[in-house]
Amino acid sequence: MRLRPGLVTDYRSDAGIFKSVTQRVWFVLLIVVAVYLGGGGSLGPVKFSPDIMILLVYALFASIGALGLNIITGMGGQISLGHAFFLGLGAYTAAILGGVEQTRAGAGGVTEVVIRGYGLDMLIWLPAAGIVAALAGLIVAPVATRLRGLYLAFVTVGLVFLGEHIFREAKTLTGGAGNGRPTAEHRMLGFRFDEGGEVFGLYLSKAQKLFFLALILLLVMGLAAKNLFRSRVGRALAAIRDRDIAAEMMGIPLARYKLIAFVISSFYAGIAGALFWAVVGRLTAEGFNFLLSIKYVAMILIGGVATVSGSIMGAFFITFLPKVVEWLASLPGLADYITKDPSGMINTFQLEQILFGLFIVGFLILEPMGLYGIWIRVRNYWKGWPFSY
Amino acid sequence: MSLLQALLNGIALAAVYSLLAMGFVIIYKSMQVLSFAQPALMLFGGWWVVYFATTVSLNFYLAVLIAVVIAAATGLVIERVFLRPMVGKPVFAVAIMTIGLDLSIRVFAGNFYDVSPRSTGDPWGLNTFVFFGRLVINHRRVAAIVVAVAVLLGLLAFFRYSRMGLAMRAAAFDQEVALIQGVSVAAVFAISWALASVLATLASLFINPDLGSLAPTNYVLALKALPVVVIGGLDSIGGALVAALLVGIAEALTGTYQSHLTPYVGQNFSQVVPYLVMFVVLLVRPYGLFGTREVERV
Repeated sequence: MRLRPGLVTDYRSDAGIFKSVTQRVWFVLLIVVAVYLGGGGSLGPVKFSPDIMILLVYALFASIGALGLNIITGMGGQISLGHAFFLGLGAYTAAILGGVEQTRAGAGGVTEVVIRGYGLDMLIWLPAAGIVAALAGLIVAPVATRLRGLYLAFVTVGLVFLGEHIFREAKTLTGGAGNGRPTAEHRMLGFRFDEGGEVFGLYLSKAQKLFFLALILLLVMGLAAKNLFRSRVGRALAAIRDRDIAAEMMGIPLARYKLIAFVISSFYAGIAGALFWAVVGRLTAEGFNFLLSIKYVAMILIGGVATVSGSIMGAFFITFLPKVVEWLASLPGLADYITKDPSGMINTFQLEQILFGLFIVGFLILEPMGLYGIWIRVRNYWKGWPFSY
Repeated sequence: MSLLQALLNGIALAAVYSLLAMGFVIIYKSMQVLSFAQPALMLFGGWWVVYFATTVSLNFYLAVLIAVVIAAATGLVIERVFLRPMVGKPVFAVAIMTIGLDLSIRVFAGNFYDVSPRSTGDPWGLNTFVFFGRLVINHRRVAAIVVAVAVLLGLLAFFRYSRMGLAMRAAAFDQEVALIQGVSVAAVFAISWALASVLATLASLFINPDLGSLAPTNYVLALKALPVVVIGGLDSIGGALVAALLVGIAEALTGTYQSHLTPYVGQNFSQVVPYLVMFVVLLVRPYGLFGTREVERV
């Protein structure tokens, strides 16, 4: 049995988080490797440059957001193009609670508050960001649960535009468009994640500290999502996704489970938004547009729909795409055509967008299961090697 | 007087929305897919008008004609290359794919434009008609209304009386039965994309009714045709027209009155009004005002 990881012999292991010992071993190994790489120069010989390190941090935080979208879209089959709105809500809630206040001297020596901020601890702003987003999800859900398929997709598009408007106009809270506002600080009980320093006698840079924070949070949220997938809620959602009418016939209350999925998904988005933009350090209203929603949809499509590992793979793929494009632009043959400024035939930003679009189109036509599907096929090939079946 | 002015502007706006919305509805009726690529097609088609009318400096109407032909060809190619392989896939997948297409085409088309808006080179300029001394409407808005009405009447006649129109109606009603009766469903798909692309190109001429210019950022304006389609009901041509009027007038009224009646909701609030109307309508009628309620057999 040990030699055939695809074989499941009892119900317990079929419903388990890890289906086999092999998976458990690989999971632990992956974490050890991640910790080792994250430790960089302090723990081992391999050391990433700071910009790669910070991209890894972004990718890990984006993974949390992608997990959120996968819960509603991948698991529940409800197309949400409004993820940017919930990410934004989380980011702004965190910034208001955890950011610094900006004041200016007004008339008569009175200090006016230009942008609000309470400078609270991460223990407060992080859950608050999730909860505010979840509440918004709760408010939107009654409209959303009445709708099916494409109608829902449009309502969520509308949500993004309404959100963008609010973020742009509520200036004392959000700083509006253009310059924006400072974000929350990664600071928990006096421990600063946003500055380099010694931890247990090891020197860790800012990016490394954030990396470990992100890794731990992703582990928690990822396992929670995995658990959700195999719980009563997860099974109900899968049934709704596969055929909502049949699910209703089986006695699954559609509205309630869609609502649950919406709220949990928004919670994940809020957390991800808060953490992600706190690393960016600046919040502007333009950031939370339709394109951001599409980015997250691309993540779960490219990674793999309704899988935890797929969400993470997709988030890494999309986060590192700009880096790959940059590298492409630096190749001697291509450097003339791909430029950083708009003067060339095509600039890096445009190439990135086109690749986005083409990856979405390509994966949908050729490999609907995403990177996860490719991984499964590669795995099965080697499992059966040298036989093709 | 400002009320009448707002209504007039709203009707002109509705003309543009109805052109874009028709494209959405035609594609939806034939393929049961909502194409997010419409704004990109508008930029793409509009660019050719800009190119032939200003860079090549042809006659404006000739430029529009050439652009329409190119747009139709583009629609055909897109349908054949990207949409045909997706037949039978879940609508969700196809809808997302059109978003991918939208992104790619928009970058492609956006690359033609400069940073500053480009004039479409239309003959209307800044001329205006003035009624009753104070009611002002510029020629471009009048042109928008005339073109929209003409095109829509033409389309309705096409669906009603032509062989292809009949085939399209049959395919929209039931694809498989239509196929058995000898309707080329593939041709229906192709024609509907070509039509949508052409309609988007025509809409591009009026998307900025004050200046008659085009810029890559105008896709946001075109995207507002989405709530219009949803309000009308995805599969209803008449609904799309009613919704276009509703949204156009609502937007124009908010644009006129909101800034001093409710200043606290911020500037440019009229831009999000279509989405708000959509929320309200969907809350009451989940399939839009005139959409067919989905009946499913288990």
